[in-house]
Amino acid sequence: MPSSEAAVANQTHDNPALLHHFASAEQQKNAASFGMWLFLATEIMFFGGMFCAYLIYRYWYFGDFGAASKTLDIRLGTINTAVLICSSFTVAMAVRSAQTGKRKAIAVFLLLTIVLGLVFLGIKGVEYKAKFEEHHVPGQADFHLAGSVPLHPDLPVNQAHAQMYFSLYFAMTGMHALHMVIGVGLFSFLTYEAWNGRYSPSYYTPIENGGLYWHFVDIIWIYLFPLFYLIERHR
Amino acid sequence: MSEHISSVKLYVGIWLALLLCTGLTVFASFQDLGPFNAVAALAIATFKASLVVLFFMHVKYASEKMTKLTIVTAIFFFLILITLSLADYLTRLWT
Repeated sequence: MPSSEAAVANQTHDNPALLHHFASAEQQKNAASFGMWLFLATEIMFFGGMFCAYLIYRYWYFGDFGAASKTLDIRLGTINTAVLICSSFTVAMAVRSAQTGKRKAIAVFLLLTIVLGLVFLGIKGVEYKAKFEEHHVPGQADFHLAGSVPLHPDLPVNQAHAQMYFSLYFAMTGMHALHMVIGVGLFSFLTYEAWNGRYSPSYYTPIENGGLYWHFVDIIWIYLFPLFYLIERHR
Repeated sequence: MSEHISSVKLYVGIWLALLLCTGLTVFASFQDLGPFNAVAALAIATFKASLVVLFFMHVKYASEKMTKLTIVTAIFFFLILITLSLADYLTRLWT
């Protein structure tokens, strides 16, 4: 590189977080943000296929889906929804702390998020355990869902249709839980980096994008909760 | 960089609104609304998701039009997936 060009580069790249192939910190941030949103778009497609399968089977086997939905623990489901909403709030506060340059506050809010994420996974584990004990896991040799279709007391639940409900339940909440596990790992890294003072108001892209990921996973649950827990509750 | 920093008050407000909507969706599911039970559940969920996207994910204040374009495109393609699939499955019994 000619020395004059190097001098220009040194002049414009006074921010240590700014990589050499970007013209400005703003351009770098916009590129990272755009990349993150593209990734989330692929995630919408990924979960979208499962949501589509869910809608089709719910339409076909509505009565059996209603009967199966009532066996889920609505109390734990509601608590878990609240826990995830609280974690989204702490993430938003962590990003805000990064914007205002409060190092300790970032770490505290990220840690709170991790704790809430683990509480969510713990409650989910309790719910899964109950399903195994009640023989409500698809593929179990003694799978059985007792009772009848809502509004049709003489029509027993179709076991194959009930298995389809629980297949979708475990696939979708399972994929969601996997995203939570990855999120907890991601946030552990971010907490470590934040504590070591890696982030400042001029550079906090990893926290911003990690936050976008966490909020996205929260939104998936916002849809999973009514779709799986709240079918035919009034019957 | 024109960075928008939301107030703590706004974040707390959104947080409480989301918790309130969670209670509302559980309450609504126990009411007999006929065919509108599913509509109410999805409407409340979409309202909650919008709050999260606009305020927690800062899309309301995003200076980049690219962000909004990406989101709208993703939702658009998701709706194509749902609409075309259901246009098949929901009409199979029609004679």
